[in-house]
Amino acid sequence: MQKMLKGGSISQEQMVLIISAALFVIFSITLDSFLQVSNLVSLLQNVSILGILAIGMAVVIIGRGIDLTMVAVMVFTVGWSFSLHLDGMSIGIALALGFALALLIGTVNGFLIAYVEIPAIFATLAMATVIAGLGRFALVESDTIFITSDLGLIGQLGSGRIGSVIPMPVVIFLLLAFVVYLALRYTRYGAFIYAIGDNYLAARNNGIATRPMTILAYAVSAAIAFFAGLIMATTVSTVNARLANSTLVYDIILVVVIGGIGLSGGKGSIRNVLSGTLLIGLLLNGMTIMNISYSVQNIIKALILLAAIILDSLLNPRDEQTSQQGDI
Amino acid sequence: MSASETFMRWRYRLVPDHVVGEILSKNWIDNAIPMIFLGFAVPLFAFILPGVLSTGSLAILARVLGEYLFIAIGMTMVLKAGGIDLSVGSNFALCNFGALYLVNAMGLPLIVVIPVILLLGGFVGAINGFLVGYLRLRAFLTTLVTLILVRAVVELLSLNYSVAASYSETPVPAWDYLGTADILGVPFSLVVAAVVAIVAHTLMTRLRFGWHLSAVGGSRRSAYNIGLPVNRIVAQTYIYSGIFTAAGALFYASRLGSTSGTVGIGLEIIILTAAVLGGNSLGGGRGSVTKAIIGTVIVVLVSNALIRMGLRTGASELVLGSIMLAAVAIDVKWMKNRMKVLNKAYVSPTYLALPPNPETREGSGSIYEVNNRLGEAGVIGQGELDGPEDVILDEDDHLYCGSRHGDVIRFFAPDYTRHEVYAHIGGHPLGMAFNRDQELVVCVGGMGLYKITRDREVVKLSDETNRSLLSVIDDSRMRIADDLDIAPDGRVFFSEATIRYNTSEWMLDAIEARGNGRLICYDPSDGTSRTILSNLKFPNGICMCDDGQSFLFAQTWDCSITRYWYDGPRKGETESVIPDLPGYPDNINRASDGNFWCGLVGMRSPTFDLALRMPQYRKRMVYRVAADEWMYPNMNFGCLIKFDIDGNILEVLWDREGAKHPSLTSIREHKGKLYLGGLFNDRIGVYDIPGADPNWTGISHYWGDKDNG
Repeated sequence: MQKMLKGGSISQEQMVLIISAALFVIFSITLDSFLQVSNLVSLLQNVSILGILAIGMAVVIIGRGIDLTMVAVMVFTVGWSFSLHLDGMSIGIALALGFALALLIGTVNGFLIAYVEIPAIFATLAMATVIAGLGRFALVESDTIFITSDLGLIGQLGSGRIGSVIPMPVVIFLLLAFVVYLALRYTRYGAFIYAIGDNYLAARNNGIATRPMTILAYAVSAAIAFFAGLIMATTVSTVNARLANSTLVYDIILVVVIGGIGLSGGKGSIRNVLSGTLLIGLLLNGMTIMNISYSVQNIIKALILLAAIILDSLLNPRDEQTSQQGDI
Repeated sequence: MSASETFMRWRYRLVPDHVVGEILSKNWIDNAIPMIFLGFAVPLFAFILPGVLSTGSLAILARVLGEYLFIAIGMTMVLKAGGIDLSVGSNFALCNFGALYLVNAMGLPLIVVIPVILLLGGFVGAINGFLVGYLRLRAFLTTLVTLILVRAVVELLSLNYSVAASYSETPVPAWDYLGTADILGVPFSLVVAAVVAIVAHTLMTRLRFGWHLSAVGGSRRSAYNIGLPVNRIVAQTYIYSGIFTAAGALFYASRLGSTSGTVGIGLEIIILTAAVLGGNSLGGGRGSVTKAIIGTVIVVLVSNALIRMGLRTGASELVLGSIMLAAVAIDVKWMKNRMKVLNKAYVSPTYLALPPNPETREGSGSIYEVNNRLGEAGVIGQGELDGPEDVILDEDDHLYCGSRHGDVIRFFAPDYTRHEVYAHIGGHPLGMAFNRDQELVVCVGGMGLYKITRDREVVKLSDETNRSLLSVIDDSRMRIADDLDIAPDGRVFFSEATIRYNTSEWMLDAIEARGNGRLICYDPSDGTSRTILSNLKFPNGICMCDDGQSFLFAQTWDCSITRYWYDGPRKGETESVIPDLPGYPDNINRASDGNFWCGLVGMRSPTFDLALRMPQYRKRMVYRVAADEWMYPNMNFGCLIKFDIDGNILEVLWDREGAKHPSLTSIREHKGKLYLGGLFNDRIGVYDIPGADPNWTGISHYWGDKDNG
């Protein structure tokens, strides 16, 4: 498999693009409503939120981490902001508070992982539980918050369109992808993240401030989660707290892993996120049009994720001699 | 002595500082924090929530506890091998639904339902086991995926079959019995869980499978390299976890009969919290059934209390998640720093005031005056030996000595240029003596008392003694058996230098200067060993007196030689022979003129003598200075003394340069020559004793006349 992919001329990214193209063709032929402008636009719009979240996740995974709190952060920080706003606070201050909470949560995540040295996946899983508990207990009154007031420019983030065709979320997704691409590729902080993900100890021995950098990575992903939540809320004018119980966070991991960013860190770039987003977006849209039930969709997604993880472990095999102790 | 020094003497005599380090070094210390938490939590909840400890409430708690215990034990196995199983919640829901469907909709008897459900759980576990064990995927993510997968399957099933599964036309009493029965007031589920816990405990601590789990979890790489089937072992843990989850689900299904979609949601978090809170480590190696039980009791109590407080939704998630994070944080930090804390806390110096140090300077006129009489001593086996701590010669004049490699080496008479490995024991031989049958009896550091028969067979005589009542550490085990001598009736008296340190760390005992050592008597008639004298300051050399009732022994850090009566009218008494040596005495042996030789392994210095009177100074040193920089006794010089039974020093021999025969640990007189061994030396010294009896040998002198008489 490895030889085929590396020796041959096809990279995983290209393979994903080929599969996406194939799916696109198949769906166009078999599904009546697929190849309509309205459907394609809504596909892009739906997938852009997933894509934005995946960009945040990619930053963390490249640094050999994982952030399972993203959906909880997205739902409850934004939900808190709009709860405050509905209780009479001005939208600017409410959003600033929500954003500050998101940054705080990201920092706590990073602290637990970098300084307390809890394995990232466990720390963020537990934090997701804590955030969801805190959210239901203190931040958000009900499961669904309807945004009734006119938000002006902020509202345009989700519902606006450029040239009355391209939805604003898609534009933001692409812009964010470009900015994070530049940051990862051309700033020293990006290089540090790659170095940490590639070999944590070597990075540390080289004098990179690995711990603050880890905190930075989780703060970035929390901030991105907040923006994704804001866009989602302004698109549909509601905040749905039940989303925190959904499997959305695994969809995000699916996008990142399918795109070709190795879970062992140090590999991949934003381009992989774009191709992964495209494939998963197509898949989700196709399944929805085919009227496949939510549970079956979950089964299909889980199987694909499983296949992706197996593929990932075949491409980046774990050796008994080099596998890290406690790397669960 | 000043008042403050008197105070310090009593303070260190009365306060057992060393116990702190010994308690910290215990394995059960890991369970202490959760137990203390439990000790505080129970009264607290009883106080805040009246009725929480009422019988009715406890009965429900006990049932929940029983069900959770199964899953927590399974999780513990997975954790111990270095994995994690998040799919337990979904698996639980699947088995719950499956059991209800089989019983209610299909009306199958329990004899079929129970094995089928256990197999179902085991099957889900086997999927995890295959993926994680054989395909070596990441446990966390893989079981997360199976969590979603199985949950989706349960949703699909309950969509189609939940009506049929939820109700049975004909009541099934045996099924209801499972969930509601009590045995002597204890819920049936808890009874079964207790049995499973005992079996699992035995499996994990006493059987091969459990040791393999520890090996894989402790160091996967090493386990792989020694040839353990790592993949299979890891896979098995998931199968166990699946089966145990199914067992919990069976009791749950019988008790509640609920096919609701919320069954088992978040269960993995509860079980993980329980397992980790009890002290099972994420990442493997450390885990036990006891820990799982402690953690599960706490979690069940806390979550029950949270429900009773009637807080808003989310509160219990918030609290459980926070407890779990705190537990993991403590666990991670404790695992990382445990050895560091332990190393610092373990060394606990105490107060010791030695008598004034006798003068040794050249020209001082002292009996201990430095000379160079050993400077001309010959050498045997230079560069070929490593640590001949003790030397001995047999009736054929062959020379035996120990080596750090765990061998007894024999040099052949008469020129001692050829040598062979006489026997391989495996530990550093520290003391040797011939018994009546001319078999070599050896004290082996780290191993105990051994005998080498004339056929060169190594026989263990003793490696444990009676455990004393109040010792925290296990003092039945022998750490540094040091030197021995054999009474005429065949009893072996030997010294154990310290019960607190292993052979490689013996110098740390010097920093403590506490009476950590003891004398042990091995009786060959019944093969038992008893401690006869304890709290000695590094007891070392032992040599029988000619009266057949007493022996002399040296205490190294006390710089003294003492006589002990093991028989006769003064049985059990001790008497100081030399209280104030200028150095640290090691082995004692007989001289041909009826007196005794004793080697000094190092010399006292005014600074270290002063440091011995300042225990808090040495404690600070251990805490703040790197171990390489610690102050130790001076071991670079050695000298030999000859003394009589009344403690008069007769002769003193020095190697002035300290280059040829430093740190003398052993001397053996044989046919007019003196053979010298040293713990760190690469040679054995030979010194011609002027005027000594050229035919005297230790064996015939000691055993010869006893054979006749």
